[in-house]
Amino acid sequence: MSLQIEMEQHRKALIVRLRGELDHHTAETVKARMEEAIRREDSLHIILSLKDLTFMDSSGLGVILGRYKQIIAKGGKMVVCDIQQDIYRLFEMSGLFKIVTLETNERAALSSLGVAL
Amino acid sequence: MTYNNFMTLQFASKSENEAFARITVAAFVSQLDPTLNELTDIKTVISEAVTNAIIHGYENESDGVITISARIEGDTVHIMIEDQGSGIADIEQAKQPLFTSKPELERSGMGFTIMENFMDDMEITTTVGEGTIVRMSKRIESKKALYN
Repeated sequence: MSLQIEMEQHRKALIVRLRGELDHHTAETVKARMEEAIRREDSLHIILSLKDLTFMDSSGLGVILGRYKQIIAKGGKMVVCDIQQDIYRLFEMSGLFKIVTLETNERAALSSLGVAL
Repeated sequence: MTYNNFMTLQFASKSENEAFARITVAAFVSQLDPTLNELTDIKTVISEAVTNAIIHGYENESDGVITISARIEGDTVHIMIEDQGSGIADIEQAKQPLFTSKPELERSGMGFTIMENFMDDMEITTTVGEGTIVRMSKRIESKKALYN
């Protein structure tokens, strides 16, 4: 019922795969882990891969917005991919697609950032 | 004949209970045979209201009490989420999309907007220093055919 975070550095892009439920309780861990990885890995871009994210509420929006600001301040971009319909609706309602790019999968996300193999 | 049922749930204002609360209410609403979308709507609004009670009502103190009552009347579910926390001073401001009193906590300010959008009705009763009650209701579509 909780949340698992998997991260993979791909050149200048940090792929973050979230599995499970992102709410106020789990948002704090996501924030801490991502903040640390962005600093340590010197990532320029973030790819949020959400295929296995089964639930998200406005706390999730908050933590995504926070990381967006962090990466934008370094001149990077944020791309979201593999998003489920319910979470898509939440993104749309909050206007998140005005600032983050949506791609169908990780490969498309990587190539949109120009960091594909 | 109208179908009626009710339940009450009471728990500590700990963030661990957010998932417990939304799953429990969703399980109760399941008897109306909702679609997956409707069930997600219910889970999301419960999560929003309970998170508000924990973060704003009780200022993250874990010894507060949150009460959820749900009532099924025919094809409609009525839900009440209650806390005895600090209350909301300016309710119109709190309901504005993207407004948050706690930007330092990375709150998106979308809680009430989501509740208004995902439910048919939402009403807030609040008194500063006494607490907040959020009442919401939603008609479950899949049951409409039966009652029309």
